[in-house]
Amino acid sequence: MLEGAQEKRMVETRREKLRNAFIVAFPHTIPVFIGFLFIGMTYGVLMQTKGYSAFWSVMMSAIAFCGSMQFAAIPLLTAAFHPLQVFLLSLMINARHLFYGISMLEKYKGLGKIRGFLIYVLCDETFSISYGIVPPERVDRKSFYFVISSLHYVYWLFATFLGGILANFITFNTKGLDFVLTAFFIVLFLEQLKNKENQVFGVIGLLSTFASLLIFGKDHFLIPAMIIILTSLTIGRKKLCI
Amino acid sequence: MYLTASQTFIMIFAIAFGAIITRFLPFVLFPEHREVPQYITYLGKTLPPAMMGLLVVYSLKNVSIIRNPFGIPELIAILSILLLHRWKGNVLISIGCGTAIYMFLVQVVFT
Repeated sequence: MLEGAQEKRMVETRREKLRNAFIVAFPHTIPVFIGFLFIGMTYGVLMQTKGYSAFWSVMMSAIAFCGSMQFAAIPLLTAAFHPLQVFLLSLMINARHLFYGISMLEKYKGLGKIRGFLIYVLCDETFSISYGIVPPERVDRKSFYFVISSLHYVYWLFATFLGGILANFITFNTKGLDFVLTAFFIVLFLEQLKNKENQVFGVIGLLSTFASLLIFGKDHFLIPAMIIILTSLTIGRKKLCI
Repeated sequence: MYLTASQTFIMIFAIAFGAIITRFLPFVLFPEHREVPQYITYLGKTLPPAMMGLLVVYSLKNVSIIRNPFGIPELIAILSILLLHRWKGNVLISIGCGTAIYMFLVQVVFT
């Protein structure tokens, strides 16, 4: 009977941890919700125009969960069946997750079984918040990361589903709403720059990517950008003796 | 729909597989109980600001400065975000107002 009471206390604490984490984390995910709503619905609509219903949009979102590749794959879903090609493309477009993983090695330590889920759904926006925003002392780290990751996951699935079923009914002018994600990344970038030590690395990232965009064009600049960044950081380490 | 249901599922899994590899590889190469090489720890600290910089450029990759409206709405919106964030320092206000300004510009001013 004592065990039951202790268990009850533990379960309540876990629920409370989630609630406290939710209260702190949710506001940060609002811009992501709006951005995903717009972009996800666009995806759902596009899929529908190619003959893929909301069911397929949600399946894609739930199993693959990678916005940019999901978009890139749309023309491939209406071409000849080449799964190997699509797999290689996915590796390349999603390559930046390698860097997110390296960055989150420390933060995702000691989280137990939920780690698998957190890694599975790691995306640009989840990385930005989970890395960039440090939860206050009283908030449980595991719950914080879980809330952010699962909210973003649900937002995306919901948005792509909505796009699929509402494809023909969107009437109000949403032009420019997708800028919310640009604004989101800019502001989180500024937050990173608040830390003096980060400024030079932030600028390296910005300039390297911009240079890569100019040289390789908007369809092929990501991997070169990452290579330039990696090279600059490695050389910089020797020069700055860190 | 051009592919069969099974083919579509295979495509989905091919895409997912690529994503899974890129997401899990660092955690597989550098498991919790093993010591992470210093070089990787260094990257773990320096990549995030650099990646955020990359994401900013990535989110703007489709902006054309040679075609109307020549990226001007983006420029104005970004400048207002910079000023607003300097002034108020509030993440949601900066994002919200920046987006509202951009939407106003592209819907009303630069149609």
